[in-house]
Amino acid sequence: MGSGGGRPGVPMRALQIRNLSKTYANGVQALKGIDLNVEEGEFCALLGPNGAGKTTAIGILTSLINKTGGSVEVFGHDIDTDLTMAKSCLGLVPQEINLNLFDKVLNIVVTQAGYYGIPRRIALERAERYLTQLQLWDRRESVARALSGGMKRRLMIARALIHEPRLLILDEPTAGVDIEIRRSMWVFLRRINAEGTTIILTTHYLEEAENLCRQVAIIDGGMIIENDRMSNVLRKLSVETFVLNLEHGVASLPEVPGYVVRSVDATTVEVDVDSQRGINDLFTVLTQHGIRVVSMRNKANRLEELFMRLVENKMVAAGGGA
Amino acid sequence: MGRPTRLRENAVALYTLVDKEYTRIVRIWIQTLVPPAITMTLYFVIFGSLIGRRIGQMDGFGYMQYIAPGLIMMSVITNAYGNVVSSFFGAKFARHIEEMLVSPMPASLVLLGHVSGGVIRGLLVGALVTLIALFFTDLRPVHPFVTVSVVFLTAVVFSLAGLINAVFARKFDDISIVPTFVLTPLTYLGGVFYSITLLPDFWQKVSLANPILYMVNAFRYGILGKSDITIGHAYGIIFVFVIGLYLFALILLRRGTGIRE
Ligand SMILES: Nc1ncnc2c1ncn2[C@@H]1O[C@H](COP(=O)(O)OP(=O)(O)O)[C@@H](O)[C@H]1O
Ligand SMILES: [Mg+2]
Repeated sequence: MGSGGGRPGVPMRALQIRNLSKTYANGVQALKGIDLNVEEGEFCALLGPNGAGKTTAIGILTSLINKTGGSVEVFGHDIDTDLTMAKSCLGLVPQEINLNLFDKVLNIVVTQAGYYGIPRRIALERAERYLTQLQLWDRRESVARALSGGMKRRLMIARALIHEPRLLILDEPTAGVDIEIRRSMWVFLRRINAEGTTIILTTHYLEEAENLCRQVAIIDGGMIIENDRMSNVLRKLSVETFVLNLEHGVASLPEVPGYVVRSVDATTVEVDVDSQRGINDLFTVLTQHGIRVVSMRNKANRLEELFMRLVENKMVAAGGGA
Repeated sequence: MGRPTRLRENAVALYTLVDKEYTRIVRIWIQTLVPPAITMTLYFVIFGSLIGRRIGQMDGFGYMQYIAPGLIMMSVITNAYGNVVSSFFGAKFARHIEEMLVSPMPASLVLLGHVSGGVIRGLLVGALVTLIALFFTDLRPVHPFVTVSVVFLTAVVFSLAGLINAVFARKFDDISIVPTFVLTPLTYLGGVFYSITLLPDFWQKVSLANPILYMVNAFRYGILGKSDITIGHAYGIIFVFVIGLYLFALILLRRGTGIRE
């Protein structure tokens, strides 16, 4: 439908979230003032453990949940003042199945198109295209109730694409979907992203984010604790920080090639170590300078801890599922 | 995007919703159209033919003829209400109401579409019951415009009421409480089976507080030309309900009461 401002061909900002907060009626503070920008054409992961606030954030963008504070713009359309335009730019694949289970596959998709004001003739053409791409065309006359879990998910993707949104948001689209279907969904999502649709996807599988996304925003406890290129985040993850306690104070720290050394106080230093590199060279250089290390510990790292939890999550899911 | 585009999109959206509601009514006709037909046939046989003969005249008409307009209205009211409350609550419960909420369709159209569904079901059932009534008695509207406008507006009032019920409902029980404890008693006491002139003075006055009395009597006036109340009053009250309930329902939908966190 090509709605939204900006000149054609010039990428604009698909999503701009400012200081977004949400406190539920029961007092739970699900979002504590988050900021996020996603540029047009991006493939962005919103990564975080269960209860982090992902679904809440997405609910607000898609006007299924009322926000407590802050602002959201979708392709320049503020959801407070220009909601109709914001909505027509957005497609949502929700976390929970929200299909009319008694309705037929084709009808579900065409009805959704109708709500967006798309005439039936065009809706039928598009329905055929998307249902075919998502391997559901043969099942177009089945009632949704008769579909498997993976098929229901794909039906929700087809439904979300029927008005050809510029920004597609998927909330844990592959949760509970077996590995083969998951991979074919990844292929499909990569393709529509390559064709120009901006995608935001929430997940608690690190592997999924790593596989698909160029941008990653990590959310935990209602706050965005990291928002960067995927490659940078992976690099940050491979660096460990150690805290060393020295026997005697040193006036100036030696340069140690390959390590970043910072002084905390006279007898304490912090060293960033790339996990590929190892730690032996560090001690060799320190010893050469007559510096004796009495003790050493690993510095707690919020990002790292979070990833440990995500990885555990993944292992639980892999162990429990399939 | 200009105004004409927006208008056309809204027209498509409204048509889609009304078509969906209509299809639902026809698809589950065993639940939507058959039960009122059976119930009303029983009413006509038992109250009209068997008991009615012993009752004799009511307000100068045969009893069968007297209750026929009331029974038609009763089925219109129950079915208009029932259609919207179950369709809207069902969509809320299974969450596919989100299909509408994420779309650019304005709240006023969501309201209009569901009310249209209720009116369609109410009028379909009303026509069916009228057809059945014709096997038992003669019905030739004295005032056709009054007949049609009153039955239409009454269907609108109870479709709106059904939607408001569905907005506040949290579980399936909540959508049967109002029909059982409010709607049915008010209908039975709303002059379907008797003229309130039969009642003692005090109960006549109490009856006048029942809005359904006005609708039933206005409809009977349309068909038989006879009413317990002035027709102007009846229209006044019906319009107040249409406008009041419409505004209330629209505010609820805009706010997202019972739908959005
Ligand atoms: N409807 C609700 N009412 C109250 N609290 C809620 C509601 N929905 C979610 N929460 C709470 O908000 C927090 C964030 O939840 P959610 O956004 O669903 O997280 P995620 O999608 O990242 O798993 C959680 O603590 C959750 O319990
Ligand atoms: Mg979630």
